[in-house]
Amino acid sequence: MAAGVLRYQPLNLARWIIWGGTAVLMAALPLVFTQGFAITVISQMGVAIIFTLSYNMLLGQSGMLSFGHAVYSGLGAYIAVHTLNLAAKGQFWMPVSLLPLVGGLAGAFFGVLFGYVTTKRAGTTFAMITLGIGELVGSCSLMFPDFFGGEGGITTNRVFGQPFLGITFGPAIQVYYLIALWCIASMALMYAWSHTPLGRMANAVRDNPERAEFVGYDTQKVRWLTLIISAFFAGIAGALTAINFEIVTAENVSAVRSGGVLLAAFIGGVGFFFGPIIGACVFVYFVVALSVHTKAWLLYLGLFFMLMVMFAPGGIASLIMMQVQLIARKRFGRIARHYLAAGASGLMVLAALILTVEMTYKISVDSATGTLMKLFGMEFDAAAGTAWAVAIGLWIVGGWLFNLACLRVARVWGEIQTEFVEGRA
Amino acid sequence: MSPNALELKAVRKSFGNTEIIRGTDLAIPRGERHAVIGPNGAGKSTLFNLISGRFPVNSGAILLNGEDITGLKPFEINRKGLSRSFQITNLFYNLSVFENLRCAVLWSLGYRYSFWHRLNGLREPQRRAEEVMHRIGLTRRRNVAAGVLSYAEQRALEIGITIAGGAAAILLDEPTAGMNRSETAAAVELVRSVTEGKTLIMVEHDMGVVFDLADRISVLVYGEIIASGRPEEIRANPAVQEAYLGALHKEVAHA
Repeated sequence: MAAGVLRYQPLNLARWIIWGGTAVLMAALPLVFTQGFAITVISQMGVAIIFTLSYNMLLGQSGMLSFGHAVYSGLGAYIAVHTLNLAAKGQFWMPVSLLPLVGGLAGAFFGVLFGYVTTKRAGTTFAMITLGIGELVGSCSLMFPDFFGGEGGITTNRVFGQPFLGITFGPAIQVYYLIALWCIASMALMYAWSHTPLGRMANAVRDNPERAEFVGYDTQKVRWLTLIISAFFAGIAGALTAINFEIVTAENVSAVRSGGVLLAAFIGGVGFFFGPIIGACVFVYFVVALSVHTKAWLLYLGLFFMLMVMFAPGGIASLIMMQVQLIARKRFGRIARHYLAAGASGLMVLAALILTVEMTYKISVDSATGTLMKLFGMEFDAAAGTAWAVAIGLWIVGGWLFNLACLRVARVWGEIQTEFVEGRA
Repeated sequence: MSPNALELKAVRKSFGNTEIIRGTDLAIPRGERHAVIGPNGAGKSTLFNLISGRFPVNSGAILLNGEDITGLKPFEINRKGLSRSFQITNLFYNLSVFENLRCAVLWSLGYRYSFWHRLNGLREPQRRAEEVMHRIGLTRRRNVAAGVLSYAEQRALEIGITIAGGAAAILLDEPTAGMNRSETAAAVELVRSVTEGKTLIMVEHDMGVVFDLADRISVLVYGEIIASGRPEEIRANPAVQEAYLGALHKEVAHA
């Protein structure tokens, strides 16, 4: 609850700096990370940011826990991919750069349709109905192979027609900049939405739907309109996915996708506007980048999610805002060295975890090629006792130190908070 | 136009087999401050819930300014100019005091479900919210979340949200519940000032407050109104004394 209480409202100048900085950062990223794989990762991050922010319009801002948000991005992606294929055949004029708008309108259309049913109720009932709609659309993807493309999905080619100003959208870098443009525009629009009468009333309906009715608002309509707008942005994300991968499959509308966006939003923090942006980047990092290095990436993601829910339910954003509060009141220096100690010992525990997980994977899943493995730049035998002894040692020493450091952080944190309260009195 | 701000005609309400409101008739002229009193379980809060559309009636009719509002949804009744507060504080807990009040004025100022206005660029909602905030004495708590206000402050905000939309008929459900003597006195003054020129219907347990504020009083016992009249008439009514006031009445008489 504390997450919603802290409302970050920078001065207009600060707001321009933040937005301008974000734009510059997005423009400069491909100049720093030039490898093809890095472009893939940041492209997917851009799409995920739009999708996760659109999801948080429901969860964080309006209190609607949806288990079927991929329906809107996925159907948006399908409509976009069919549009792209028709446009490539010359049936009508539609440039690739405007395709996300088609996806968005498709998403909004299904938002009108499904949202009318789901937003009749709030809370648990809403969550259950979204789950049902998700399953419904998921099963449709197998029943209508003409539209959904069956198991193979619908493929496309984003390069067609004459290049415009030399832009063909053939190279990945051009697609990245298309995503970046739509991403920054979507971010700005969704932020603006949160400062409109509807956006504020969505917060009110989240906090207390009954009272919202008694100040003249039809809460059902507030939820419905919010869902339609959210589905619009989800559709934009879906269309960008279609352009990026040139294929749309049933996975795009699946419950896995819907669950993923919930995870991403929660990790980032649903109580702040920028939370889901961080969450989307972290999530894509886990799914795309970490999966290259280890087969156990899903386990790490699950553990990370679990730890966040247990110890930082406000997400990464709330952790950041807590530090901002300390920095603003010039207390950060006092706690920083304890953070450092906790971080160092935390790394030991992390090393212990990674070692244990990777050795277990090597022995149980991947032992066909022998039990020799490479980790942290060292080569060793996963079946050898010494490696396990090191792991156990790291667990015990690291765990003990980490526990000590955490207790100290908690104590200093408590002291500082007491000072704040007393200072105010 | 009917001279009555609010009129109840043979209103009945049952929960299961238990009839809570048993054919209530009530007419409240425009501009009157009217108190509904009665022992615990008499159905006072239920009556409020029926009038404000929180629960549907089983039979009978409710008229607001002569217009039938029976069966309308709470937001529809609110848009017709009736606003209510709650016995158990009912706020937008994660929003600041200012945002609570701004939410309460948006519909009445015609902004409806707009997603094309920039909230902070709208002068009138801001002005109205700040004016109400000043009246309820919470200006210095402007940016504090409603959920962390003190109890008395939350009660004041509860009244603030109720009156912010400018409704002509105000229903207050125990505005001074759980307050100490000085807080109660402040709340009475607040209610008096904010309902100036409006129709007030309130449920209240504190007899001091009732006799201080009300122009007329209705006594509800087991779902029936057994008496309705000016404070001194109610005080003198033997049926009321027997059914309800009893010791309380003597206490007030001595005070």
